[in-house]
Amino acid sequence: MGDASIVAERSAGPATAEGRTPVSLAALLANLGPLLALLLAMAFFASRSDRFLTGANLSLVIQQSMVVGVLAIGQTLIILTAGIDLSCGAIMALGGVVMARLAVINGVHPILAIALGVLTGAAFGALNGVLVTNIQLPPFIVTLGTLNIAFAITHIYSQNQTITNVPAALTFFGNTFRVGSTAITYGTVLMFVLFGLTWFVLRYTAFGRHVYAVGNNPEAVRLAGININLLLLLVYTAAGLLYGIASLLSVARTGVGDPNAGQTDNLASITAVVLGGTSLFGGRGKVLGTLVGVLIVGVFRNGLQLIGVESVYQVLVTGILVILAVTVDQFARRRQQ
Amino acid sequence: MRRSLATSQGLRGPNLGRVLLALALMVGVLAQLLPAAMQSVAAQDDEIIVGLITKTETNPFFVKMKEGAQQAADAAGVKLMTAAGQFDADNASQVTAIENMVTAGAKGILITPGDTKAIVPAIEKARAAGVLVIALDTPTEPMDATDALFATDNFKAGLLIGEYAKASMGDTVPVIATIDGSTGVSVSVLRHNGFLAGFGPAADAAATPSAADSVFVADSRVVCSQDADGDQALSQTAMENCLQKSGDINLVYTINEPAARGAYTALKAAGKENDVLIVSIDGGCTGVEAVKDGQIAATSQQYPLKMAQMGVDAVVKFAKTGEKPSGYTDTGVTLITDKPMPGIDSKDTTFGLENCWG
Repeated sequence: MGDASIVAERSAGPATAEGRTPVSLAALLANLGPLLALLLAMAFFASRSDRFLTGANLSLVIQQSMVVGVLAIGQTLIILTAGIDLSCGAIMALGGVVMARLAVINGVHPILAIALGVLTGAAFGALNGVLVTNIQLPPFIVTLGTLNIAFAITHIYSQNQTITNVPAALTFFGNTFRVGSTAITYGTVLMFVLFGLTWFVLRYTAFGRHVYAVGNNPEAVRLAGININLLLLLVYTAAGLLYGIASLLSVARTGVGDPNAGQTDNLASITAVVLGGTSLFGGRGKVLGTLVGVLIVGVFRNGLQLIGVESVYQVLVTGILVILAVTVDQFARRRQQ
Repeated sequence: MRRSLATSQGLRGPNLGRVLLALALMVGVLAQLLPAAMQSVAAQDDEIIVGLITKTETNPFFVKMKEGAQQAADAAGVKLMTAAGQFDADNASQVTAIENMVTAGAKGILITPGDTKAIVPAIEKARAAGVLVIALDTPTEPMDATDALFATDNFKAGLLIGEYAKASMGDTVPVIATIDGSTGVSVSVLRHNGFLAGFGPAADAAATPSAADSVFVADSRVVCSQDADGDQALSQTAMENCLQKSGDINLVYTINEPAARGAYTALKAAGKENDVLIVSIDGGCTGVEAVKDGQIAATSQQYPLKMAQMGVDAVVKFAKTGEKPSGYTDTGVTLITDKPMPGIDSKDTTFGLENCWG
């Protein structure tokens, strides 16, 4: 069933040849809508500001999207299993404070500090996974709890202090290299690599197909002899690992360990996933759509600023786009059934 | 675009048609909301752009600041670009705003840092790109991370209400509660210590607090100190808890007027509103009203509009002459009360309401 839905999405055009009903408009929009919205937004801003469509500015937009981007990869995995994660931003903040404090205050070797910070993220992800699978609590409630726990630990551990003067290794991914005249941030390369890797895993491995299948029809997956609990535990842990990597990117981007980081990133990441066309009901969607979703938000934020519109309009536009995306998904879902 | 797709394929049932109509309506509403954007777009290269980044967009203090900046920008014929964090300590949003403003070609950026330390690397990058950066209201840590600081002297703001409280209390033995802002935020430390310095040290105190102290100075007369983030509801809870701790509290210092109103509500519920002196800081219009009503005894009024106007003027001057402001400029603070004390300079609430913000 999961496989079928993937195939259905990828063969938007020639589906009729296989004797199926013509692909619905809703399904078409679900597939191409996000990319279309991104391109339209870019065209609009390019026509309003001659500073928008430059290599430097586009590189900046991607750089500004890298933290939420990597969080949203983890969020996509969880949402594909019909779950949701409210704790991602708080876990990211904790990971960042752990690595910054260990390196700066405890004098731990920077590479080891980074590893421990990333592992903190993975550990919290695993905790989410255990609570969802072993105690069978709804993901929304579990991650609402761990959101608060991670937030509190972050503030207790950091004593509410922002950690400055972090060693160079922690800010490496904030450095740039030049392609022609455009400066590219290493962190954005890492983000693209993680998106590519996740796309490959979801598309070409049994694990990836099981992730879709669990979201579509957990009963069928269980009957097929797959250990759902183990699968979900792996998904939540992998997501936590990604949040840990986002911690590193956040420290690199801002140059500090910030206990207040990520407070709105949980909703930002869910927004990106939804804008990218992934269904909140699980089982359908694409991680590359999430990349497009992240970039849509980034392009609006940067573009509206460049043409001198208050940032609150970006929030307005995002709200409208989210409702649009979910509406399209609803229709795609009904037609599929 | 989407509508034309729908017509070319034929609407698939009434539901989808209705949805597309709704979407079209939403786009229409958006188009109505964006005209301001449409006319002010596409800065010419010779146009001077001034950026203003506040902590949030909702706090009346920052609304007034934006108003002052807009007035000054209109008067000077320059373009104002604004942005804000989503909550008080939202560093990431402020970093993003700085980057976008530098890319947009801003000559100068005025910022009230949400996180005084965390914002520094981003400010350094902007200054390296040749942009003038001025902190408004709140200094960065270190303070010289920005070219200049235009702000209320927060220590003095605390000092004024401390002196007033001392004069008002006379020989009564003080039992003090302080409703503070976030620990680790310089403004809340300066105001708190300024208040204690103005009130005068306790008999057993080692030294009088100074503006150089970076943490709350311990004082045996303060029986309850609570961090309520300057929020009215949290301050009410904080005051309720303080009253549980000591029913003898007779003097309450609050970091701002929402906190003062929260404290007043708690005191009133406990039937103690007439036995306790509340002093505060800010000078917002609702705060001055509360002074007029007798809920707050006195408040130190500050002037966000003036900060922003001075900031915009400084950026315009820099753009035209290359001359940069430096160091700290005090934007002034005035004690507002309707119960003046001999020997203490103050203005009444009529003056306060004429000069208030929010």
